[in-house]
Amino acid sequence: MSLTSAHSVVAPSATSKRVAGTIIVLYALISIVPLLWIFATSFKTPPDSIAYPPKILFQPSVEGYCNLFSTRTRQTPEYINSLGPATGLCEETVRKRNMVIAGPSNFMPRFINSLIIAFGSTFCAVFLGTMSAYGFSRFKVPLADDLLFFILSTRMMPPIAVAIPIYLMYRELGLSDTALGMILLYTAVNVSLAVWLLKGFIDEIPREYEEAAMIDGYTRLQAFWRTVLPQATTGIAATAIFCLIFAWNEYAFAALLTSGTAQTAPPFIPTIIGEGGQDWPAVAAGTTIFLVPILVFTILLRKQLLRGITFGAVRK
Amino acid sequence: MLNRTADSVARATPEPLARKVRGISDKGLAWLFISPTILLLLAINIFPLFWAIYLSFTNYRANRPNEVVRNVGLANYKRILGDQDIWIAMQTTAHFVFWTILLQTLIGFTLAWLIDRKFRGHAFWTTIILVPMMLSPAVVGNFWRFLYEPQIGLFAYAVSFVTGIPATQIGMLSNVSLAPWSIVIVDTWMWTPYVMLICLAGLRSIPEYIYEAAEVDRASNWRQFWSITLPMALPFIMLAVLFRGIENFKMFDMVNLLTGGGPGSTTEVASITLKRQAFESWRTGYSSAFAIILFVAVFGLANIYVKALNKVKQR
Repeated sequence: MSLTSAHSVVAPSATSKRVAGTIIVLYALISIVPLLWIFATSFKTPPDSIAYPPKILFQPSVEGYCNLFSTRTRQTPEYINSLGPATGLCEETVRKRNMVIAGPSNFMPRFINSLIIAFGSTFCAVFLGTMSAYGFSRFKVPLADDLLFFILSTRMMPPIAVAIPIYLMYRELGLSDTALGMILLYTAVNVSLAVWLLKGFIDEIPREYEEAAMIDGYTRLQAFWRTVLPQATTGIAATAIFCLIFAWNEYAFAALLTSGTAQTAPPFIPTIIGEGGQDWPAVAAGTTIFLVPILVFTILLRKQLLRGITFGAVRK
Repeated sequence: MLNRTADSVARATPEPLARKVRGISDKGLAWLFISPTILLLLAINIFPLFWAIYLSFTNYRANRPNEVVRNVGLANYKRILGDQDIWIAMQTTAHFVFWTILLQTLIGFTLAWLIDRKFRGHAFWTTIILVPMMLSPAVVGNFWRFLYEPQIGLFAYAVSFVTGIPATQIGMLSNVSLAPWSIVIVDTWMWTPYVMLICLAGLRSIPEYIYEAAEVDRASNWRQFWSITLPMALPFIMLAVLFRGIENFKMFDMVNLLTGGGPGSTTEVASITLKRQAFESWRTGYSSAFAIILFVAVFGLANIYVKALNKVKQR
């Protein structure tokens, strides 16, 4: 058990560091393979994507991205020859398969829905969350612990269980398949996270700042606005990114409560099909575009990640 | 903007009250700040919950809104507790929750323990390891369907490369005995980093001087691990298990896209059964009762668990 020596007075030995490093690097490389495979598949042609054995080296193609953004119709070679020269890279790629581009696909509208709903609900959740967190942090609220637990417990319900009555309620209110309905729902789910995280961040800001400001003649609200909010910016930004990631990734509610106009990307991407089954390069292209923002956020967030995923329970 | 809202509220209220709002009526301000959140949660979470409780005592079907709704008392609950399919779904859920938590805790803790050695570049590789857990389980789960394809999929190819079993025979999603493991593998792949991150915080919270003292007492490395490292990291491990347990008990998105509950109903976890009953068979009353039972189960188990966790923390 030479590895256990890491925690002795002496720092971990060079050998144990090397062994640990090798295992971690191996694990990291293996665990990242599925993501690299998604990325690679998005640049394959459909025949290359389903080749056996799986192709690691291949001629890159933009066909997946072309198929993702367009709908196509099959035509006779004679018809295609009678057309003028291809007007773009996609048109050219598609014609090689005896097809012409018929129009844009639904991917763009679904992607825009995702953006609107994710940003809208994040804004509302962070707005409400900041106010409540400040309230809980600075004032004696009767039953504060019970209220905070109540706020957290709303997160324990299985989404499908919530979806049944929400489905009926939205049907009555005309909110089914609307962006507004989804924003309200995601705000309600995210606000519990926002309150818990932000309360932790605001608790860490010394009360003395506000008290000093109030002695200088600021009202409580002005003190909140001028001293607490600027101090809490990092916390608010981290919370916002967590809410954004949740809303961006959410599938269960979106799949059950939206079908057309307000559908987001997660339920849409699996429905991308080509001729004879799933069009994997197009699915991979959609997945890649969908995942890139989250990768960027993960890297930005890595210092706050722990706090976010444990509702502020672990702060390091 | 907040200032303006409060001011307009202040102007609209009678003078003595206005002075309080504008001034330092902390009580008023506290409620002004907290009530919007509580109201939203009441409207979107609690009201629907009560509606679901009401529906669970009826024979309501959402696809026939005009039919007369009859009160059936406890009949739905009785039927669920006697329903063989429900018990099978609960067993599938238990299998899924048990194995994912076991694997994630073992692998996650080991990884954290290795990373804690602070070898060169550990921060970079930690970030790489963390990536899968941030991604959409639905979108990634859907792509795993491709990786699992018996012949063309990368997973089947890698397994056959290592074991020598022909790739065509590795039907992770079509084989009745392999399918329950296919969802365990994807979930473990996605969420091991989560457990790892929490365990890492636990390991880093152990003060160095305890190890120094142990070293002075000539405790073996093995002994140090069992009587210092593990007990002191335990509250963190338990916290990670709590969060993963709740999440996996509710598991829907990844499984729905990966197997959809199939083949047959071998991977039909509770949420999938619930969805089939509620949105495919449209047995709204019946599925509401099942939803309530699930909610009570999660809530009850989580409460018991938190009590145990607090005991461990106080030790």
